[in-house]
Amino acid sequence: MTEQSKGKTISLPVLGSVSRRTAMKGVGATLGAGAFAAAISPLRHLADTLTVEELMQQHYQELSADGKKKVIERLEAETKEQYGADVTISDPRPIPGTKFVYAINLSVCNGNGKCVEACHNENNHDRDTNQSYIRVLEMQKGTMDMEQGNTTYDHEVPAADKFYMPVQCQQCDEPPCTDVCPVQATWKEDDGIVVVDYNWCIGCRYCEAACPYHARRFNWKTPNVPAAEVNPDQGYLSNRIRPQGVVEKCHYCLHRTRKGRLPACLEACPTGARVFGNILDPDSEIRWLLENKRVYVLKEEVGTKPSFFYFFDS
Amino acid sequence: MSSMPVRPKHPEGTPGHFLSYRKFLLRSLALSTDGSLLFYTWMIMLTLVFLVGANAWANQVVHGMITTNMTDHVSWGLYISNFTFMVGVAAGGVMMVIPAYLYRDKAMHNVVILGEFLAIAAIVMCLMFVVADLGRPDRSWHLIPGLGRFNFPISMLTWDVIVLNGYLLLNLHICGYLLYMRFLGRTPNPKWYIPFVFISIAWAISIHTVTAFLYSGLGGRPLWNTALLAPRFLASAFVSGPAFIIISMFVLRRLQVPILDDPIHTLLKILRITVLISLFMVVSEIFTEFYTGGAHTSSARYLYLGLHGKNALVPWIWTAVGLNIIGAILLLHPAATKRAVPLIIACVFVFVGTWIEKGMGLIVPGFIPSTLHEMVEYLPSVTEWKVSAGIVAFGLMIYTIAIKIAVPILSGRVSPPGQPHPPRDC
Ligand code: SF4
Repeated sequence: MTEQSKGKTISLPVLGSVSRRTAMKGVGATLGAGAFAAAISPLRHLADTLTVEELMQQHYQELSADGKKKVIERLEAETKEQYGADVTISDPRPIPGTKFVYAINLSVCNGNGKCVEACHNENNHDRDTNQSYIRVLEMQKGTMDMEQGNTTYDHEVPAADKFYMPVQCQQCDEPPCTDVCPVQATWKEDDGIVVVDYNWCIGCRYCEAACPYHARRFNWKTPNVPAAEVNPDQGYLSNRIRPQGVVEKCHYCLHRTRKGRLPACLEACPTGARVFGNILDPDSEIRWLLENKRVYVLKEEVGTKPSFFYFFDS
Repeated sequence: MSSMPVRPKHPEGTPGHFLSYRKFLLRSLALSTDGSLLFYTWMIMLTLVFLVGANAWANQVVHGMITTNMTDHVSWGLYISNFTFMVGVAAGGVMMVIPAYLYRDKAMHNVVILGEFLAIAAIVMCLMFVVADLGRPDRSWHLIPGLGRFNFPISMLTWDVIVLNGYLLLNLHICGYLLYMRFLGRTPNPKWYIPFVFISIAWAISIHTVTAFLYSGLGGRPLWNTALLAPRFLASAFVSGPAFIIISMFVLRRLQVPILDDPIHTLLKILRITVLISLFMVVSEIFTEFYTGGAHTSSARYLYLGLHGKNALVPWIWTAVGLNIIGAILLLHPAATKRAVPLIIACVFVFVGTWIEKGMGLIVPGFIPSTLHEMVEYLPSVTEWKVSAGIVAFGLMIYTIAIKIAVPILSGRVSPPGQPHPPRDC
């Protein structure tokens, strides 16, 4: 406020009496720029790991067949380099006339958590955080109130007076998570599976806030998976090792199910509580179930229309 | 300003403008970097805080957001809290524009640019908070319409990108044009800014409405899923914005900038009403939550009373309640019109109170309990505090520099190119 208080009019910058001050400003600006460069110098680490191809990569749905092939080759090479594992990344597309649906028999499920573990291994989840797409709620018999449930139980199962309710992505027909995504990094495919393009997601986590089922997970850090434990059978939109800073979710093991196999969580379930199949196939077990059992969906009132059902035997 | 020489209007875009605009920018650069020891100390301090923030952010980008205390349960924290609050501050600036232009309040007209500067600084902070919250800032270009894939109109976040950037441009244009005309010593041509001023009034409402819709549209988060959210956001925005401007007016007075009493009183009148409306809405919300009860209200119970033995946010919200109530009483007390100290204290109180109420008191408890009713608490990490402080420091730098440039130009102490110096007035 100097010129202000003295009320004098000063001429254009770099002239006469202000030259010393101008020089000081120059020094100040240089120091400032230097300090700023030093402050953000950790970013240099990124320059080593982030390639131009990755930075400029197009959205999954805009990649040409050739472009996709190149991307997949690059990702396989990167996995080899960073994780020391030889993997094959496939990109199976939805099978026409298929809509996948899941159902769980809560009379049978005993909360042993084998599905949680199978998901963890199948999907190359971060070992440090023990990540999985499935959470099992231990519920009080006599109520459906989730507030009385508990996901961190640690005792012999099944406990008396309890029943168990595994929750994972419900593959909603009206998914709020895909609506809110500002960059269309997540969408619903023709067979009903909601997927994420891990190379397009900007990591805003709006979808995580929008999901009523706590189905989405964020990669708070680069996943750590020892080479020997990496599942080499990977899908581009499913279980390939995710980059840091993006969102992921259950994809009904599309790298298996679109090739005629069953989801890993179902295969691992020792009680047979899990039923999976194509609802459009009139002879499928899942179709019979939905037609003959009294099934319900979670949080029906939020209007998400899940493709995931629960039922009791008796 | 009336003493300023009025020159015939040049056709826009002539080489004359090209040159004089360059001089205007140079002059602004000189003004923004000249100053007293106090000014330099203030700016160096802000620069240091900004650098600490920049460094923390760089580390966050490299090591991942594990450096924050956010989790899959509480997936938005201090950044989005501050973002929400700053959108309000930006919108709050309009409470000077409305009296100045809609009610033709002369005294307000002279200082209205403070509100517009605040809008600019606050929007820049908003955009920085959003980027700080991104897991992949390197992919921000996916958000650029035409380049990336813009999920418009379905995603409310794309609306926010549009309205925030639009508001920034509007205010940059209005301020830049007015200052440039003053610099040339010409009367601003209403055609070139009045329509934009009126658009900016409506636009200010829109930025906070869209930001509220971002949250209130989520059916899975009962605490946010209320139609009252947007009105509440606006009411509290019209508390935080004017409160901040009153504080900065007192600071400017201290620095010998002549600020009259009238605009301060006008803002006080506005505050007295908005602070009550804001409190009333909070009370309505609390009544509905607590009288109804049930699982949909667990977030509110967690926030105010603690739930299942967890109560990390209880001290925060009661601090906010206390600050807002005391602030409101001080504002309504007749002393506020006569003495500076109680008014300044009141403004600081309601400003901080609103900051807590909209962030740690609204964004964070929206996630607790989680959608599967798990109780995972959240308090910001050191990284989050550092990055936030850095962004606020940067915003204050913008605000300071803008005022620095504007004050001499507005009080006619800077000469237009090739013109005799305007008459001195002090
Ligand atoms: S986190 Fe990724 S997938 Fe989710 S909304 Fe943001 S960009 Fe879309």
